[in-house]
Amino acid sequence: MLIAATIAILVVMIMAMIRAFIGPTLYDRILAVNMFGTKTVLLISLLGFLMGRPEFLDIAIVYALINFISVIGVLHYSDSSIFKRSDQQKK
Amino acid sequence: MKDLLSVIMLLGIYSLLSACFFVAMDAVDVAFTEAAVGAGISTLLMLVAITMTGREENPSRHKPALALIVVTITGSLLIYGTLDMPYFGLAQDPVHLHVAPRYVNDSMQEIGVPNIVTSVLASYRAFDTFGEVVVIFTAGMGVLALLSVVRRPKDIVIDSSKIDSFNKCMHEEHLILRIVAKMLIPFILLFALYVQFHGDYGPGGGFQAGVIFAAAIILYTMLFGMNTARRVINQSATQLFAAIGVLLYGSVGVISLLEGKNFLDYRVLSTDPLAGQHLGILLIELGVGITVTAVMVIIFFNFAGRGNDQQNKENSDS
Amino acid sequence: MDISSSVFLLIGSFLYISGGVGILRFPDFYTRMHAVGVTETLATAMILIGLMLLNPEGLVLIKLIIILIMTLFISPTASHALASSAMQNNLIPKLDKNEVNEKETSSNS
Repeated sequence: MLIAATIAILVVMIMAMIRAFIGPTLYDRILAVNMFGTKTVLLISLLGFLMGRPEFLDIAIVYALINFISVIGVLHYSDSSIFKRSDQQKK
Repeated sequence: MKDLLSVIMLLGIYSLLSACFFVAMDAVDVAFTEAAVGAGISTLLMLVAITMTGREENPSRHKPALALIVVTITGSLLIYGTLDMPYFGLAQDPVHLHVAPRYVNDSMQEIGVPNIVTSVLASYRAFDTFGEVVVIFTAGMGVLALLSVVRRPKDIVIDSSKIDSFNKCMHEEHLILRIVAKMLIPFILLFALYVQFHGDYGPGGGFQAGVIFAAAIILYTMLFGMNTARRVINQSATQLFAAIGVLLYGSVGVISLLEGKNFLDYRVLSTDPLAGQHLGILLIELGVGITVTAVMVIIFFNFAGRGNDQQNKENSDS
Repeated sequence: MDISSSVFLLIGSFLYISGGVGILRFPDFYTRMHAVGVTETLATAMILIGLMLLNPEGLVLIKLIIILIMTLFISPTASHALASSAMQNNLIPKLDKNEVNEKETSSNS
């Protein structure tokens, strides 16, 4: 059953990557990356249980926190008012 | 794809995939460092950099066909050269016959730390790790030398009522994020300390702990504004901490020299050699963690502060 | 114990796959985010409870509980941040045809 769950998560990660490549707007890509990140957290926990090494849970905790910080960072910096400067300088 | 922001996102996915490969190959410490550095700090620092350079890639002025041909030829020659090397993971490879069994067999008696990666990194190869810390410190100094702007007194916003009013009007926008971040940031800092000191027994160590600590500080800065963050985190204290970390590492080595043994030989730090090794590893990991945190915070504040100053100047000019 | 943990893992995998299909087939950004945000948190919780029912020792159980609580905090906040940021940067949701006409007339007048 653990193996079936791992395969399901791998399938969903591939779907998220497809959306990250073809997403027409930027926000689709950010959504896909966020989803990929939370799937990675679970994938690492499941792999840790499968291989009998529970130390992987530390990596899962760190990964969840880092994913959150990255998404907040990207959203903060995707605000287009920060980038207007360079467009005005080019014109 | 000319939008650099999307490129940074895809680089984030790439570093995640690398972390998954390392987990599949049972390399826990490397996966830890890759997840923390590649997907966290690297993405954030590149984002701050493109706020200053602009979001679109400049149109390339030369045709890339010739470069592609050169790269393909060189790559195929390199791959042809590796066909002579032994296969990946065979038990008769030289690397598995001499180096690895020595560490695996003797590490517990000589050093007494369960995590063999930490014992190799911090005790057998401590001099290489010293070089890594000095490189990180030099990177911080380079950023300070090139990018730090001497702030004239009239540019510094020390009017606290202005800061409070700015904070109030931003409060409405990011209310939920601020409350959740206020609950999460102490936990992240505590977890960074856990990773730092648990590096002997599980995955972790100084580098990863420093990166997580810096990521928490960067989260605080992004959500609460540069001015508030500058009041909370003193710039000159951060620069002092960056130097203190390297000095701590070097002093442990010099103490061993003064006792008559080799540089960075930890057995002299205590009466029992194993306790001496433990103490030595603890101290140098602490030095590594302090330096990495301070340098990351210095780099982020210099990049983001410069963009912030430019925006403030434009707002006051127009 | 094994059967209940298998049931939770199965429910979690099914929810994940439905969220994955949703992100590929829904027409608009806001609908996709709805699919991901809802299924992600619940499916993660199900799978983590399934892992907890496999009877691990003390520290591993505490770490699983920590991951569960953190996911319950982090996932909805990230969805909220994405949606509010997209709305502020004028990403207009795809509305029904009647509502589009009403919106145009109200913004013109």
